[in-house]
Amino acid sequence: MSNPATVSEREQRILGIIETARGKRAKFRDSHITMAHGAGGKATQTLIEGLFVPAFASATLGAMADAGTVEIDGIELALTTDSYVVKPLRFPGGSIGELAVNGTVNDLAVSGARPLALSLSLVLEEGLSAEDLRAEVQAIADTARVAGVEIIAGDTKVVERGHADGMYVCTTGIGRRDPRATLSPSALRPGDRILLSGSIGEHGTAIMLARNEFELDASIESDTCSLWPAVDALLDTVGPDLRCLRDATRGGVASVLNELARASSVAMIVREGDVPVHPAVAGAAEILGIDPMYVANEGKLVAFVAPESAEQALRALRNVDGCEQAAEIGEVRTTPPGMVLVQTSFGGRRVMDQLVGDPLPRIC
Amino acid sequence: MKFVDEFRDPELGRALSGEILSLVEPGRHYKLMEVCGGHTHSIYKYGVDDLLPANVELVHGPGCPVCVIPMGRVDDGIALAHEEGVIFTCFGDMMRVPGSQGSLLEAKAAGADIRMVYSPLDALRIAKQNPDQEVIFFAIGFETTAPSTALTLKRARAEAVPNFSVMCSHVTIVPPLRALLESPDLRLDGFIGPGHVSTVVGARPFEFIPADYGKPIAIAGFEPLDILQAIVMILRQLAEGRCEVENQYTRVVPYEGNLRALEVMAEVFELRPHFEWRGLGFISHSGLKLSEAYADLDAERRFDVPGVRVADPKACQCGEVLKGVIKPWECKVFGTACTPERPIGTCMVSSEGACAAYYNYGRFAREREVV
Repeated sequence: MSNPATVSEREQRILGIIETARGKRAKFRDSHITMAHGAGGKATQTLIEGLFVPAFASATLGAMADAGTVEIDGIELALTTDSYVVKPLRFPGGSIGELAVNGTVNDLAVSGARPLALSLSLVLEEGLSAEDLRAEVQAIADTARVAGVEIIAGDTKVVERGHADGMYVCTTGIGRRDPRATLSPSALRPGDRILLSGSIGEHGTAIMLARNEFELDASIESDTCSLWPAVDALLDTVGPDLRCLRDATRGGVASVLNELARASSVAMIVREGDVPVHPAVAGAAEILGIDPMYVANEGKLVAFVAPESAEQALRALRNVDGCEQAAEIGEVRTTPPGMVLVQTSFGGRRVMDQLVGDPLPRIC
Repeated sequence: MKFVDEFRDPELGRALSGEILSLVEPGRHYKLMEVCGGHTHSIYKYGVDDLLPANVELVHGPGCPVCVIPMGRVDDGIALAHEEGVIFTCFGDMMRVPGSQGSLLEAKAAGADIRMVYSPLDALRIAKQNPDQEVIFFAIGFETTAPSTALTLKRARAEAVPNFSVMCSHVTIVPPLRALLESPDLRLDGFIGPGHVSTVVGARPFEFIPADYGKPIAIAGFEPLDILQAIVMILRQLAEGRCEVENQYTRVVPYEGNLRALEVMAEVFELRPHFEWRGLGFISHSGLKLSEAYADLDAERRFDVPGVRVADPKACQCGEVLKGVIKPWECKVFGTACTPERPIGTCMVSSEGACAAYYNYGRFAREREVV
């Protein structure tokens, strides 16, 4: 056996090699696109960091925010775009049309931009019933009205039967950067508190059950809604003490936390017992062996707030319709950098890692 | 959740944790192996090892059914999946396991019709719905999943489904344990016995562990309190100088196992002379194939299977890691040739394998030592 000093030196050196390998920008080496590339986890990140960002070489794209920024005569505009391919088209609590409006509105909102207008692109499959289309158009119009955005441009394409699943919807959103917002994914500081705007996992679970693959029965509805009222309330109450916002869509809260822990080179600790989860979601997750922290939401945000303003921010959030269950779920720490730890309800600790693979495709 | 939360009570967890502390001799290092991947998962999910004193170390055993499938077997599966007119079905976690030329997930992206199922019966249903195509089920797992494959085969026979077959890669739990125990450099003090396997095989097959090798074993359930209680049982045996098979999971595991399930398995399967395990090499009588009576439902007979044999690289030291002889980072290829993105050995394949866990969370573990 080697002596202890050499052993620990060697371990240190190997940890160093791993650290260097992790620090390198992800490379996109796969020979084909797999469903994992769309899941919002590690593979998606490889695709974005290894292919898209280097190809387009834009500083604002490189910042990896939910929306990019253009400045015109001193006015900062935020721009974002998203495609929706959810199956089934309608599910308890919403439909593809509602998602297409709220999803894009929320990417603007969590970038600190007041949503102004959307474009709407439809890819329709030959044979789609007019009734279904009419229902979705109505859903889009109604949701846009509630969210306070106008649909100001559009496009329609039809593809042969079998080449799209009913309909795909793409929306692009434009918003005006709110002067109260000073958000940045690299702004997190040790001590910052992590707030969550409500209970998690409802959208992903609702879709999963709506597909009827598991023969489970539970009344869970998608949480799809506009997050602008919640963002507005936070900006109003704590303004510059709001460090960063994210909406926890694909990959769930876990993915958002991991992404930001890496971006800010900080650690995070989450108290599992403080994370609100609807009992039906917890039950379904238990049976299916899924962690609700990785399940998609369509109307929940994670906010990082300076410690002195956290209580005030939480009160403001809870006054917003739909955010009554908002909670402080953890805080930002210094070490180990880039990692998210969970204090489990059972009393132990573990690492909450990035999502690998895809637990459930085509949820949005 | 009623009937679940009771097994996750933090108060009781702390009490068991205190009991463990009172049972360990200061200065003695304890290495206990949890044999089953399900235990590894629970330990990780609830942070169970965080409640153990520093001198009680848990070693992840060979009981993760997807990780032990060798590369050649994955390559064979992919070859079948690419056959004209074949729908290849398997469990979801098998899809990501790499063969020598990529995983089933990648084969699916490259055009093979590969479908994830939750049970072998789903595969049979797909066969009935697609009578013009051949449906193959890639059967994996220990004695836990083997009975459901056996029942599905019986049903396929009874319903005369002509286009259904099984590529059988089922394995049995006792031979790899014996192989581990046989090695002279083993550094384990006791075993947390597999819970779900034991619901089928019972507690009896594990009697050889204390009898022949002098190591205590406690068969355990999968809730965090189950695992802590099993550790208490093992440590108490060690403290009292006893050595036996104890059953913590009495609410599910009968000593004799599930005779019905064992009967069905005996009818449908027979032991292969040897089977290759990723990281452990060939182990005699450790794998199952379809019996002569079910030979016509055997995908390996119905199709031309390449029978690929991809040797584990010589440098891979998974065996030593599993036996607790070396730490993951002491392996020659750890972190260089063998990474979670491009795993070589079984310990790096699953995120819960000892090497993958160390690769991903090594910094956290060091952190914890400091705290």
